[in-house]
Amino acid sequence: MKLKSKHLLGLEGMSRKEINLILDTAETFKEILSRPIRVVPTLRGVTVVNLFYEPSTRTRISFELAEKRLSAEVVNFSAAISSSRKGETLKDTVRNIEAMKTDMVVVRHQASGVPYFLTQCLDSSIINAGDGAHEHPTQGLLDLFTIREKYKNVKGLKVVIVGDIKYSRVARSDMWGLSIMGADVSLCGPSTLLPVEIDKMGVKVYSDLNKALVGADVVIVLRIQLERQKGGLLPSLREYTNKFGITKDRLKRLNENFTIMHPGPINRGVEITPEVADGPHSVILDQVTNGVAIRMAVLYLLSGGEGKVE
Amino acid sequence: MPRKQKSMVVMDTKTIQRALVRIAHEIVEKNKGAENMAVIGIQNRGAYLAERVAKLIEEIEGVEIPLGLMDITLYRDDVQTKLEQPVVQKTEILFDVVDKVIILVDDVLFTGRTVRAALDQIIDFGRPRSIQFAVLIDRGHRELPIRADYVGKNIPTAKEDRVKVKIKEVDGEDSVSIIKQ
Repeated sequence: MKLKSKHLLGLEGMSRKEINLILDTAETFKEILSRPIRVVPTLRGVTVVNLFYEPSTRTRISFELAEKRLSAEVVNFSAAISSSRKGETLKDTVRNIEAMKTDMVVVRHQASGVPYFLTQCLDSSIINAGDGAHEHPTQGLLDLFTIREKYKNVKGLKVVIVGDIKYSRVARSDMWGLSIMGADVSLCGPSTLLPVEIDKMGVKVYSDLNKALVGADVVIVLRIQLERQKGGLLPSLREYTNKFGITKDRLKRLNENFTIMHPGPINRGVEITPEVADGPHSVILDQVTNGVAIRMAVLYLLSGGEGKVE
Repeated sequence: MPRKQKSMVVMDTKTIQRALVRIAHEIVEKNKGAENMAVIGIQNRGAYLAERVAKLIEEIEGVEIPLGLMDITLYRDDVQTKLEQPVVQKTEILFDVVDKVIILVDDVLFTGRTVRAALDQIIDFGRPRSIQFAVLIDRGHRELPIRADYVGKNIPTAKEDRVKVKIKEVDGEDSVSIIKQ
């Protein structure tokens, strides 16, 4: 079986079968990460460009480790120290990079749709590492992987995504991924941070966290993007914490075997208390570990050449 | 119009079992026992044959033989020429390979590329004392300088023929057949 597209732009429109293929493949890669030599020669000779127009710690290191553990050659591009500062357009930049013979591009950009735009001007496989408020598919996949690892099956689980849904690409990838895999998804956040008509995506929407949490299995806590809060969408961080912060007290409403997730970076004491973030039900660091395995699986599955079969 | 395929059974349950018993004895004879030995099967059917060989050696020598299985997909040399990536299966080597005598087991030896990949992978796990290769069928047409230490049966084939090994655990029966194209 193979993935339908040679690009990974988002989880929207993927089939359950395709997602399962990625998750199953990631299990093998997770085993490799526990070996004495954590490198396999699979992508020897493949050149991958990491094109990051936005700051990132986890995703960037995770992709770079995934690429290196598959023996790919890695080139890192960061907008801050490149010719973008001299006014070069995105299209010119990427076409110049591809002219140096590269095979795959991992891209993060503040504008939604940039990965799609790149598929139109490059021959390389494009992997979306987060575009604007659109999608962050590898985060969605690693969340599914982490949930599946704990509960064996995603189907039928009640998952609540809490926080800044409006600006969150993670929320969108999680929503698509979880819905495709048959979970029961609810969203919760202040009405200023909930996109209008989001309920048409087939999810439940709550503005009262205490109601949303009742009987839930998994809570995905989103980061309040402090850099995007200048528009007066929140009265104050303190009020946000009071109404939507995940505190130990609120956990009582959840199912017994509940799980707390967060894509990072955490604003401790804002959207989640340190006590919960570091508590026994938190899988935040497992998510990070699984991220490398998921990205290895995606790189491997997308690397099949157009080539001839002998 | 598809050409007619001719299929010919060359081994059955009994002959496969006899070959494996002989291979087990040869392994013990060559190594003067089974000390420090471990058996690793190559996914998929090699893993089941490895299990049988390990059990036979255990019966002969009365010692426990560690058993592992490996998938060599990620060590292949044709990743970038394939249209479709093969599904990666489990690799499970739960013992330390350092200083062990490793008996590598597979069903068919053809070009030798699978064995090359398997050797690379084992060495990434550590430095064994030696690696020996046991195979049920050697069908010729090597593309690399590789040979088997223990062979169940040599079968002359044309390069485009297919050799189909069936194993009870996967296919419901034990048999080897050649499909002439």
